[in-house]
Amino acid sequence: MCAVKESEVAKQEWWRWTESNWCNPDIDWRDAEYVTVGIDVGSVSSQAVIAADGEVFAFGNMRTGSDSPNSARNALNFALEATDMPEDRMDYCIGTGYGRVNVPFADRSITEIACHARGANYIYGPEVRTVLDVGGQDIKAIQCDERGKVTNFLMNDKCAAGTGRGMEVFADLLGLPITEVGDRSFQVDKEPEPVSSTCVVYAKSEATGLLRKGWTTEQVLAAYCRAMAERIYSLIERNGVVPAFAVTGGMAKNRGVMDRLMPLVGLERMTTKWDTMIAGAAGAALFGDALCKKGKGRKK
Amino acid sequence: MLANYGYKDASGDYFITIDTDKCDGCGDCIPVCPVQVFAVVDEDPNDPLRDEPVAIVAEDKRKKLKYECSPCKPPSNRLPLPCIEACKAEAISHSW
Repeated sequence: MCAVKESEVAKQEWWRWTESNWCNPDIDWRDAEYVTVGIDVGSVSSQAVIAADGEVFAFGNMRTGSDSPNSARNALNFALEATDMPEDRMDYCIGTGYGRVNVPFADRSITEIACHARGANYIYGPEVRTVLDVGGQDIKAIQCDERGKVTNFLMNDKCAAGTGRGMEVFADLLGLPITEVGDRSFQVDKEPEPVSSTCVVYAKSEATGLLRKGWTTEQVLAAYCRAMAERIYSLIERNGVVPAFAVTGGMAKNRGVMDRLMPLVGLERMTTKWDTMIAGAAGAALFGDALCKKGKGRKK
Repeated sequence: MLANYGYKDASGDYFITIDTDKCDGCGDCIPVCPVQVFAVVDEDPNDPLRDEPVAIVAEDKRKKLKYECSPCKPPSNRLPLPCIEACKAEAISHSW
């Protein structure tokens, strides 16, 4: 019997993106009164942010596995690797995101709504009034004040249309690395009509039909990016958009969707030197610092 | 804070909004709802620095509000919603 040779292409992980960790060399954790940690275990990625007296000192950003407690632990270890700080220096730890109740070493959990507003306030600055978080599996539209306190929020947690997960499905369908889909979606002569914006599964079967009709992968990508932008806009439209407008989460890195969304919103989106994926964990770490200073935080 | 709980799908928008600046966590909305959509928690999950109790939409109801609320929303002869009537602070509203 001949051995079955699996195709290389079938095994390729098109959704793969670069995991990263970072440490600010200008901050010495030894001088900090409170070292707080925020762990954001999302549906697709997990982040750990270490803050020293309310300033982000280090972070780790990696993919969530199927096991939430391990994802939290791996993300924290990854962030600690970038530093020379021992883990027991940590005063307080807050979990957030989908897997927030599954962070075994967290002292408490806070919803990702509160954490994203707080984190966006830090990474984009206090002018932020509308935060759009496009994560792996949901979209959150949040309005906040100058302190990063939520004033209005809306979340669609029932449906993955318009989220990172949908983009992974398309990267996989078209056989393109997820980090390239944004640029590739602009390699079209004419912007095509969007595919179904209500459901990833419908959009995928529609796209398969278009490919059979002879559309190029770039055209299909453009049609999907357009559908995602419209889907995201239909959600944020409900609560209105107050400037300044900032986007957090992995989708902020996808130009294909963002450059199609911003003309619908009619505003520029803010830019930041920070990785947009750490907003939730940064917010959690900063809440830890605020709770410690209020005397509600410190362990023992 | 305007806390919008619910979802949007292909058939429409189904959100219950609780104005947490008006809500004092009295809990009058809980017994009047025939399907226990509301709950009161000691700490606002979306505002950890607030100390007063507040009403929320129960987590297991958020993804099916269209169906959970349907007994109070018949197509004709619709009476005022009991949750909205019970809330003296006028903190509750429905999007549909």
